[in-house]
Amino acid sequence: MFRNQYDTDVTTWSPAGRLFQVEYAMEAVKQGSAAIGLRSKTHIVLGCVNKANSELSSHQKKIFKVDDHIGVAIAGLTADGRVLSRYMRNECINYSFTYESPLPVGRLVVQLADKAQVCTQRSWKRPYGVGLLVAGLDESGAHLYYNCPSGNYFEYQAFAIGSRSQAAKTYLERKFENFTDASRDDLVKDAIMAIRETLQGETLKSSVCTIAVVGVGEPFHILDQATVQQMIDAFEIVGEQEAPDAAAGQEASAEPEPEPEQGAAAGEGVAPMDI
Amino acid sequence: MNFMASKQPENSLLGPEADSQRTLYPYVTGTSVVALKYKDGILMAADMGGSYGSTLRYKSVERMKPIGKHSLLGASGEISDFQEILHYLDELILYDNMWDDGNSLGPKEVHNYLTRVMYNRRNKFNPLWNSLVLGGVKNGQKYLGTVSMIGVNFEDNHVATGFGNHLARPILRQEWHENLSFEDGVRLLEKCMRVLLYRDRSAINKLQIAKITEEGMTISQPYSLKTYWEFSAFANPAQGAVGSW
Repeated sequence: MFRNQYDTDVTTWSPAGRLFQVEYAMEAVKQGSAAIGLRSKTHIVLGCVNKANSELSSHQKKIFKVDDHIGVAIAGLTADGRVLSRYMRNECINYSFTYESPLPVGRLVVQLADKAQVCTQRSWKRPYGVGLLVAGLDESGAHLYYNCPSGNYFEYQAFAIGSRSQAAKTYLERKFENFTDASRDDLVKDAIMAIRETLQGETLKSSVCTIAVVGVGEPFHILDQATVQQMIDAFEIVGEQEAPDAAAGQEASAEPEPEPEQGAAAGEGVAPMDI
Repeated sequence: MNFMASKQPENSLLGPEADSQRTLYPYVTGTSVVALKYKDGILMAADMGGSYGSTLRYKSVERMKPIGKHSLLGASGEISDFQEILHYLDELILYDNMWDDGNSLGPKEVHNYLTRVMYNRRNKFNPLWNSLVLGGVKNGQKYLGTVSMIGVNFEDNHVATGFGNHLARPILRQEWHENLSFEDGVRLLEKCMRVLLYRDRSAINKLQIAKITEEGMTISQPYSLKTYWEFSAFANPAQGAVGSW
């Protein structure tokens, strides 16, 4: 772990051909709280775990709307994430102004990656310490990309980043084959379940996680706490009964809208996930 | 912006030299362009004349050009400015293609880009002296719009520039309808072009009709319209208004 000789600045290669500063920046992403993303043919869902420093403080904002058709979830140095979100919003709005058309997410992601690459090749800069899950719609459909501090970007069907993301990735790997044709609600349910995996034992409540959706005919928006709590309640009940996913999907969509207070009370009444 | 060049800046604060950097009037001009939406896409017509004032100097000017895969641009006004615009669009389409992804600029995007260019030039008091017609089809959606030299832009089912606005648009308002067949569209355009030929001094009897559909763009060989000059109104034009011509 201690590669001190060649890690002082980003413009120094190690003899093994590595840039340690860039790798350390990717470490910072792994330390941030988890963020996950998954997509179907028509929708993408982003989710993240909100960790507040203390009971008294609010949690950090980790999901940003970039445009009606693009949103981003970040993990790592949230300040860097905020700055990059502002850059992305700027690019989108400039493109919209000139062409009266939404910026294709594939192009935004490349611009973002090129911006990150610059910081890996200047001695007076440091790499951005944030990983971004970019969800957006293109001419060619729904896309989910992951942008690294290294300046690389990859397209994913589903992905998770941040601390304890491996648990979420394992869950997603099991389920991802169903995602392409999944309904929007099933996709959101899978997102919540993936987040639950990263919590590893902690109670899953809507105050602990944030979910956002973007899809064909559905502009990017963050789901409100009440809706998320509803969906948590729907499948936590299913979790106890061990009913199949299809039944849970039907239950969640067939359930009428209860009072928010009732929803919260039901959540606290259900036994915590003490596995 | 290159501040180190010896070229004068474009504003008028530097007196007489500054004027040589601004467009004051056009020199070689094209006349009307007329276009309409039909069943499969857009039809556009323009004659091939380039006038130098009142002289019909050039008679093989192509005033309609394809832009990328999905669009067709027709221009009236200063021909050299049209060529400049084609150069800008060439670069735009090149960079669009260089992304090498599944996305491409459609007619709506090109139209809006041109609007920005024309309006910005107008704001600098150095306009591109053109009226442009931009039509195209992308993903089954037909698009037809126009931009003027001062940046006025709009979309419609049929558009025209210059004299075409006065002579062709009224005909189109009467006779255009949705889902015109190709033959009917051409017939309608030829009717408009014939009126322009009779009444517009800068029009010549050598025109092209361009068609753009989802499949692509084709432009006809130059041809001429049949005309009839023996109307009694032509023989005695001042009959209804003595002293007119």
